[in-house]
Amino acid sequence: MERIPILRMGHFLLVTIQIDLYDRLATNLEADLVQMVNRTGARGVLIDISALNIVDSFMGRILGNIGSMSKIMDAETVVVGMQPAVAITLIELGLELKGVHTALNVEKGMELLKQKIGPAEASDEDDDEDGTE
Amino acid sequence: MKQDYFKGLQKRKKQILENWMKSQLSDESLREDLMTNENLREQSEELLNAILGTITEKNISEGMTAEFEQVHEILAGISISRARQGYSPRETGVFVFSLKDALLNSLKEDLSNDPKALADVVLKMNKFMDSMGIITFETFIKGREEVILRQTDEITEISTPVIRVWDGILALPIIGTLDSSRTQVVMENLLQQIVETGSTIAILDISGVPAVDSLVAQHLIKTVAATRLMGAECIISGIRPEIAQTVVHLGIDLSNIVTKASLAHALKYAFAMLKLEVRKPMKDKPSL
Amino acid sequence: MMTKMVLNKDSMRIEREQDVVPFRNRVREFAVKIGMGIVNQTKLITAASELVRNMLKYAGGGAVLIEAISQGRETGIRLTFEDKGPGIGDIALAMKDGYSSGKSLGIGLPGTKRLVNEFDIKSKTGEGTTVSIVKWKNG
Repeated sequence: MERIPILRMGHFLLVTIQIDLYDRLATNLEADLVQMVNRTGARGVLIDISALNIVDSFMGRILGNIGSMSKIMDAETVVVGMQPAVAITLIELGLELKGVHTALNVEKGMELLKQKIGPAEASDEDDDEDGTE
Repeated sequence: MKQDYFKGLQKRKKQILENWMKSQLSDESLREDLMTNENLREQSEELLNAILGTITEKNISEGMTAEFEQVHEILAGISISRARQGYSPRETGVFVFSLKDALLNSLKEDLSNDPKALADVVLKMNKFMDSMGIITFETFIKGREEVILRQTDEITEISTPVIRVWDGILALPIIGTLDSSRTQVVMENLLQQIVETGSTIAILDISGVPAVDSLVAQHLIKTVAATRLMGAECIISGIRPEIAQTVVHLGIDLSNIVTKASLAHALKYAFAMLKLEVRKPMKDKPSL
Repeated sequence: MMTKMVLNKDSMRIEREQDVVPFRNRVREFAVKIGMGIVNQTKLITAASELVRNMLKYAGGGAVLIEAISQGRETGIRLTFEDKGPGIGDIALAMKDGYSSGKSLGIGLPGTKRLVNEFDIKSKTGEGTTVSIVKWKNG
């Protein structure tokens, strides 16, 4: 059975999806990731989908699930590298990927994760209130 | 005796028109979406009148000459307008060539007992109508080329530049009306640039958009949502008072979107998000 | 009336999950061949993916016809999904946002419809369902 490899980097788990997923592969990824979060006590999950040409409602749901499941195990999830066409399609479909954070690329995603779980910064770094106007 | 075919045609004009209309209306390329049947009948009648009013035994072999200028003008006018409206060459061709059928049928009835004369006049009529066909296509293609040129102009005109105003901040001024297809271009451009430059903030300035209705607002909301999905933030600036009024009157909810009155305000907000500060230099030299 | 002319076609059987990825790739090939832009390609393939999943889930598979078509000056791709499954009892209900009989997100059919230019569904309870979608190159 094919599986998507999950890399561990310190407090974070890193997944790069390089192939088009069929549904079972995605479901396996969800199960594997949640297991890994539990086993390693990871504080953050970073999923790179820059090689994905499409994200349909099923894949969208899997990403959302991973986000929500990790969240209740005290880990934040960041999805990075979504292609413009994929983003436009998801909006048209009516999917907003609630429960996951997004970032432009792996580097920015890592920064975001560090920010989110950093003990001192976590509280005030989140959603900036508009203080300028 | 010979002159009579054309007089005969004049007399039977009504019937020719009916036959012509019938074959046009029954053709499957009929474009009722582009022209009503009444308009089609008007066009057809005008052309038929012009042809039958000009054509004689003598000039029938000279379809391209100045004598038929009026016919040419009408025909050219029709072809050009069809090209602009998006008719296909086939649909335009059917218009002219079905007239040929109607005319030839009428001649056939007139001259059923004189095969020789019939053959003679049919040959001439064929040639005449073919030259009409050529004119139709020449002008049709000219019309299409005009359409293409105009569109090319429009495309360059509406092309929306994405400007990198600061490291990590993009600005996109939108000038002109926003419709669905344009929004798609704008959205694609913006998202593509966000990826390429790795910018985390995009400012969409709509001060050049004449009106915002619920559809345009919908498009803007989608653009912002797509930007966020990719992991960047999108600010909408250039909300003029009229726009603020219509938005509220229409009951459009923009509360999930960061909106600013001007590009300057948006930029200031973006700087704050990136924790950048713009300051005057500390060293003031009043003596100079 | 404008008629749609078929320029090129292919049909595929979808029996298992693993057939979905090759099917999506085939649709992409067709879309690329007529010069469809990346965004419309993505919308089309996403719609195809939604429909093919429905077909697998509710009817255990079926056949898909992929066609490159033209109508007037437009070219596009038409996909026809045909299954011999249980059928849909109330199509109007199935097309409502938020409705789903399975345990998906319920954006399936109406969401899919928003991604394409034409969407047609026919179904008879007990006999099967046929869904046909068209995405124009510049649509």
